[in-house]
Amino acid sequence: MNKSKVFSHIGKYAVTYLFIALSVFFIIVSGLDINYVASQLLLRLNRNAFIVLALIIPIVAGMGINFAITIGAMAAQIGLLLTINWGVTGVPGILLAAAVTLPLGAFFGFLIGKLLNKMKGQETIGSLILGYFANGAYQLLFLFIFGTIIPLNSNVTIVGASGVQNTLNLTGSVGLYTAIDGIAHISFLTALYIVSGVLALAAVIQFVRKKISAKRMAATVALAALIAGVFSIPGVAAVVNGQHGREVRLPLVTWLLILALCLFNSTLMRTRLGQKFRAVGQSQTVANASGINVDRTRVIAIMISTVLAGWGQIVFMQSEGIGTFQTYAAHEQVGLYAGAAILVGGASIDRATNLQALVGTFLFHSLFITAQSAASALFGDSAVGEYFRAFLSYGVIAVALIMYAWRGTRQKKEGQMNLAGRDARGG
Amino acid sequence: MASEFVLEMNHITKRYGSNAVLRDVTLRVRPGEIHALLGENGAGKSTLMNVLFGMPVIHATGGFEGQVVFDGQPVSIASPMDAMEKGIGMVHQEFMLIPGFSVTDNIKLNREIARPWAFSRLLGREMEFLDRPAMSSDARRALDAVGMNIEEYALVSGLPVGHMQFIEIAREIDKSGMKLLVFDEPTAVLTESEAQQLLNVMKQIAARGIAIIFITHRLEEVMDAADTITILRDGALVDTLPKADTTPEKLAAMMIGRGDESVIQVEKRENKIGDNIAMSIRNLWVNMPGEYAKGVDMDVREGEIFGIGGLAGQGKIGIPNGVMGLYEAVGEVTLFGRKLALGSARAALKAGLAMVSEDRRGVGLLLDQSIEDNIAFTAMQVNGDFMKNFLRQKDSRAINRYAKQMIKELDIRCTSPAQSVGTLSGGNQQKVCVARALALKPRFLFVSEPTRGIDIGAKQLVLETLVRLNREENMTIVMVSSELQELRSICDRIAIVAEGKIVDILGADASDVAFGMAMSGAKMKDGESA
Repeated sequence: MNKSKVFSHIGKYAVTYLFIALSVFFIIVSGLDINYVASQLLLRLNRNAFIVLALIIPIVAGMGINFAITIGAMAAQIGLLLTINWGVTGVPGILLAAAVTLPLGAFFGFLIGKLLNKMKGQETIGSLILGYFANGAYQLLFLFIFGTIIPLNSNVTIVGASGVQNTLNLTGSVGLYTAIDGIAHISFLTALYIVSGVLALAAVIQFVRKKISAKRMAATVALAALIAGVFSIPGVAAVVNGQHGREVRLPLVTWLLILALCLFNSTLMRTRLGQKFRAVGQSQTVANASGINVDRTRVIAIMISTVLAGWGQIVFMQSEGIGTFQTYAAHEQVGLYAGAAILVGGASIDRATNLQALVGTFLFHSLFITAQSAASALFGDSAVGEYFRAFLSYGVIAVALIMYAWRGTRQKKEGQMNLAGRDARGG
Repeated sequence: MASEFVLEMNHITKRYGSNAVLRDVTLRVRPGEIHALLGENGAGKSTLMNVLFGMPVIHATGGFEGQVVFDGQPVSIASPMDAMEKGIGMVHQEFMLIPGFSVTDNIKLNREIARPWAFSRLLGREMEFLDRPAMSSDARRALDAVGMNIEEYALVSGLPVGHMQFIEIAREIDKSGMKLLVFDEPTAVLTESEAQQLLNVMKQIAARGIAIIFITHRLEEVMDAADTITILRDGALVDTLPKADTTPEKLAAMMIGRGDESVIQVEKRENKIGDNIAMSIRNLWVNMPGEYAKGVDMDVREGEIFGIGGLAGQGKIGIPNGVMGLYEAVGEVTLFGRKLALGSARAALKAGLAMVSEDRRGVGLLLDQSIEDNIAFTAMQVNGDFMKNFLRQKDSRAINRYAKQMIKELDIRCTSPAQSVGTLSGGNQQKVCVARALALKPRFLFVSEPTRGIDIGAKQLVLETLVRLNREENMTIVMVSSELQELRSICDRIAIVAEGKIVDILGADASDVAFGMAMSGAKMKDGESA
């Protein structure tokens, strides 16, 4: 890699590097136990990764960050409410909630997609406002329609009035708390060794099948060995293996679901539909000229994203440490935090990958965990950390939007100048 | 099917409202021939192709009269997709390629080869996996056929502009059952050697039995590649003839030839124009999308009316817009001996330049404002005219007085100076634009497409006003227009722009052939030069 390449790489991932630096700094000044940070971080990752991954397809399809995943979260909360109301517990309860979310999310996604097609070029802001608007409709539904027109059991309604209770409980006899997370656990170290092994093996297989070069294979195997090696150092392993604090364990099924979604995202891109998403995302004019139904493709992208976000919200709700949710507020920040997370990972308004989503979630939440303690250590006031969180999320999104607009105009200018043939002018 | 023609478009007439843009045009193309379609802008070439491709704009405006016969069968083409399925392809002037896709992905876009699997049998074709090796080998074959040795897995964004045209062609010939290909100005962005290669590729494609309609304005390319030539002018068919029966000069005359009818009669000027240079332009490049100027050199003499003509999209409109600082420009411009800073409209206006823009409703006018405010606006902003001395307030009375005078002089038809310009007709809006430019008391006036979209009466008045300003106020005027006849009736000299450069500067009385040749980018050997 030569110098200019390094610079352009750093420029492209400036936000990501900034967050890495900030994370390290915050972890150090917060004085938090590293074991605590690691376990909290993995917990947050398994809660949030699914929702963040749901943002990828609309980005690829050129619709920007789909803040309307908030509406998918609302669909999921309707599903959860009905599940609680019907008294279905455990894995069947989760499956039922997911089953209710599917048609609701698809229908809402269809409407969102139709609307966003009417406001091409402003999808990001459009979906943001749509989320706010839907919040009103959601409140109407939960305050007046549920409990009156749609009858509910008294254990979820407000006593002596119509409408759903302010807080819904998933623990105890409701039986949805950790319904997925609790199925099976695997220690972090075991998982790490398995992943490294699989990664190395996959690289070798790809090389034997002549899909990748020897250099690439060697690099991948070396990386896998490095990861496994670092965590074999007793000092490092002590952070996660329980010698020092609690052993860090991962909820196996949740992680398998996250992996499945990553696989879904990348597999979909290899199909006809995926090719259409990419084509529409890059140029609606060209896609249209080659006979692709642009509007329909965009609607499908949003439908998939909305349903996935709904399922992601179910994963979030059942996860360890949640237990109850604010009926009227739980969905509000979903789009904002997920959008900020994927941008932190190095994605932009028109480009995103699974890895960026995961890295972004990781970094974004590492700041979330440490912000309060770091703020009280630095300023003697933990409230500053709270402000800092809000500042962080909105700031990242604003920066991403500005950088996108700036890059867009610059590219356009360059393109025009090339067309004008100034390069060929020769002095 | 042993039909002589692969395509017959018989007696096509197309009206937009009461305005006929195609009148009884017939185009017949044989299999395996290269059929050139020639004509000025507005001659009806694009409309004819829109009819052929069943573009929505045709259907939305009441369809057309006449008959289209394709491959021996009368057909009605409902949409561009329909045309594609019937075997009619288009190589676009603006590239229909996705920069972030590989060459293969572009060639096979929406015609991907894919393998079914369990899920796709359940959920439909959309879920089938792309078969990249098969797609690559198809793309390779198509690329070889057009003589391109670029890698099929390269990203289009990294390729030179010239290659993109060939990828478009490769995509079209990769489509099975292709019988007719339309090339719309394919050589416009190519270098000379690339253009030559393209013509060779066209000949090879034609040799395989695919008919080609070749739209261009470069006569030498027509003479090189075409078998048959059809010329349109003002929406009517001029002639269809084999190449052997004609020469570039004849073609040029057929494209232009409008007789001698002048738009207005202008008396000869009494005094000779001096040799003082009012504006000198050297190596001017203007970044105006669709109208790029690419290294213009010209000198305008003091007191003359200088015309700039040429086909649309060749860059003539870029020249005034670049000098006035409305679009990014580089180069050297001297106005009355002083260097003019480019890129600032304010500096240009301050230096005594004024412009009547071709974009009346966009750049020219504040549509919701009154006539008087529109006339005074620029002068107030730039020169500080129409202002009271006390606290720099707007002097409404002076504005009103001046507006009334202008309304009278230019015969602006309105109810009062307070009427909003949005409610005026196009011709009267144009007069307001002229009045506004005059309020600046410019020494040098650019007029860009002053008669576009206005009726004949208003046209005459606008032209007469320009002549009067020139003769009485000794204002130097540069008029840019697509209507050659109009330029020839009032201009002293006319520069013809093709491909962003000035090809030739001709006197108003130069021959049709000279103008026609210049517009196609070729300077006559014995042509007059300024």
